[in-house]
Amino acid sequence: MKFMKTLLAASLGAALVAASANAVCAKQITIGFSQIGAESEWRTANTNDVKAAAKAHNINLKFSDAQQKQENQIKAIRTFIAQKVDLIGFVPIVATGWDNVLREAKRAKIPVLVMDRDLTVSDPSLYVAKIGTDSVTEGKKAFNWLDEYVTKNNIKPRNGGDKLNIVILEGTVGASATTGRQKGFNDALNSSPNKDRYKVLASQTGDFTRQKGQEVMESFLKSYRDDIDILFAMNDDMALGAIQSIEAAGLKPSKDITIVSVDGVKGIFQAMIDGKSNATVECNPLQGDLFFTTAEKILKGEAVPKSVFVPEGVYPAEKAKEVFPTRKY
Amino acid sequence: MDMLKKFSRSSLALPLAALALLLLFNAIFVDDFFKIQVMDNGNLYGRPIDILHRCSSLIILALGMTFVIATGGVDISVGAVVAISSATCCVMLGGDISGIPHHPFFLAILCSLGVGILAGIWNGTLVAKFKIQAMVATLILMTAGRGIAQLMTDGQIITVYYKPFAWIGDNIPGVMVPTAMLIALAMIIFVLFMDRKTSVGLMIQAVGINQVASRYAGIKVTAVLFAVYIFSGFCAGTAGLIEGSLIRAADANNAGLNMEMDAILSVTLGGTLMIGGRYFIGGTIIGAITIQTLTTTMYALGVPSDCLPAVKAVVILLIIVFQSEKFKQMFRDRALRKKELKESGKEAANA
Repeated sequence: MKFMKTLLAASLGAALVAASANAVCAKQITIGFSQIGAESEWRTANTNDVKAAAKAHNINLKFSDAQQKQENQIKAIRTFIAQKVDLIGFVPIVATGWDNVLREAKRAKIPVLVMDRDLTVSDPSLYVAKIGTDSVTEGKKAFNWLDEYVTKNNIKPRNGGDKLNIVILEGTVGASATTGRQKGFNDALNSSPNKDRYKVLASQTGDFTRQKGQEVMESFLKSYRDDIDILFAMNDDMALGAIQSIEAAGLKPSKDITIVSVDGVKGIFQAMIDGKSNATVECNPLQGDLFFTTAEKILKGEAVPKSVFVPEGVYPAEKAKEVFPTRKY
Repeated sequence: MDMLKKFSRSSLALPLAALALLLLFNAIFVDDFFKIQVMDNGNLYGRPIDILHRCSSLIILALGMTFVIATGGVDISVGAVVAISSATCCVMLGGDISGIPHHPFFLAILCSLGVGILAGIWNGTLVAKFKIQAMVATLILMTAGRGIAQLMTDGQIITVYYKPFAWIGDNIPGVMVPTAMLIALAMIIFVLFMDRKTSVGLMIQAVGINQVASRYAGIKVTAVLFAVYIFSGFCAGTAGLIEGSLIRAADANNAGLNMEMDAILSVTLGGTLMIGGRYFIGGTIIGAITIQTLTTTMYALGVPSDCLPAVKAVVILLIIVFQSEKFKQMFRDRALRKKELKESGKEAANA
């Protein structure tokens, strides 16, 4: 009898432990996420990826759209704190002004994970890590691809000189993508063993837009029509605008002038398929999977590096056709 | 001598002088600035063509803006209307890579212009019927317009692969001059005709100077106000077609961005005052060309990106101060004093 009782108690206890363990495993993680808004195709792809990845990771995602306003983001973060979510993620619309609300999150012991954009806070412990793209590496990759391409195809300066002339279409002045890509490109150029082969002829902002890219390239071509060998555009849209100017000047884009740009939007893939551009360095908006993987690590108590970068590829024209159907943005 | 004196007093003298100075500067410091070539395909090619080509849509916007400002109003929604108009055309043509348009091209053009006129009717109703201040009334469409354009394009940049769409921004095959320049020229001729050969110009000025007096004089003030906003909307619709065709795409975020400010600046550089009344079509056109020349000059000189806006601002400031009433007064006073001194000197000598 006594034995039976012990057995019963033991089995009951075991069942209870098992049940509670089960409950711990099944407890769904809740993550509050504040997105900037929907200003571009790129951002839309970014949002859709976060939502899809949350489903794949079986995470209860509380998604909030800030409609391009910092107040809305701060409000959303406060709501997440009140709801006692497990982790807060957000894409900071501007770099500053987050200290107070992040301190509130810290006091509530909710870890914060930043995505995509940089922010400046007085105390770096206010957020655990930042997931995002690495604009410096993007610039480096652009130059390295160029260097390799020029060497492989034995491209000679069109004006018969001894240097290949580069023109650069910069992004919006002061934007982190502009400064990063510029730094990466220049660093790679200056530290390259072939650096004497190149000369930066002109560099001007095209504001990341097609129209300005077209207008500035038009002006470059008036000054140096027969000297330009290479165009580095800091985003695809400016390259797309510039391609039209190059054609209007009676030159062949991608043949007379080698073109490399950054982002990897659908339009540039189409241009590459049409033989009008040479390569694009991806700026990857598909950051959702890495975001939730990192979030899970943080919640398990594992250490993560302060900056986590998403993988980004380089797509040359010959790969464009096979990659194009898989592009999500 | 007399002709020179007459010219120096004409309203066009100062805007023209500013533009001439800018061009002179270019002639000295930029190689081959005035060189125009004919390309293999017969198109004209060169910096002067670039300037006129790029400012065509600004000229068109500024023409509409001149009339609006002459009535004492302002239309700050034109930039957003440009975005709506270019979005309308691109959405109707569709972004098929095959280049087959979803709707006929002429229908897309008509709809774009129609959307511009619709925007004008909206602004006109608010200003003329409900007597809302022009700045406030047009502010509504300025903020909402870009959102409307984004809704139409789904927040994406729609690239149009239909070839004839590019003809508006580029050249129609076989025509040397860019189409946008021809459209701008047609608009200028139309506006000059309305101004010189009809009483429309007079009515607009009258409304700008004194609405109550105009009404007593038998001018339909409401109708005149309504008309100028509709015309401004139509101009914005036309400019939107050009802007969209230039890049062969609808970029709801950036099409016509800040163009309303450039249009207002063109009008004021041309000598028209923001308080309304007298206006100068020729001055407006020169103002628009000056703004584009300035931009092109900056690119040609290779001014670094980060000081571009500052350099532009300084030049604009100089031009505006140079044209201000006080500044002109100072010159006139000095000239007068010199003359007096001379005369008194003569008298002294005679005595």
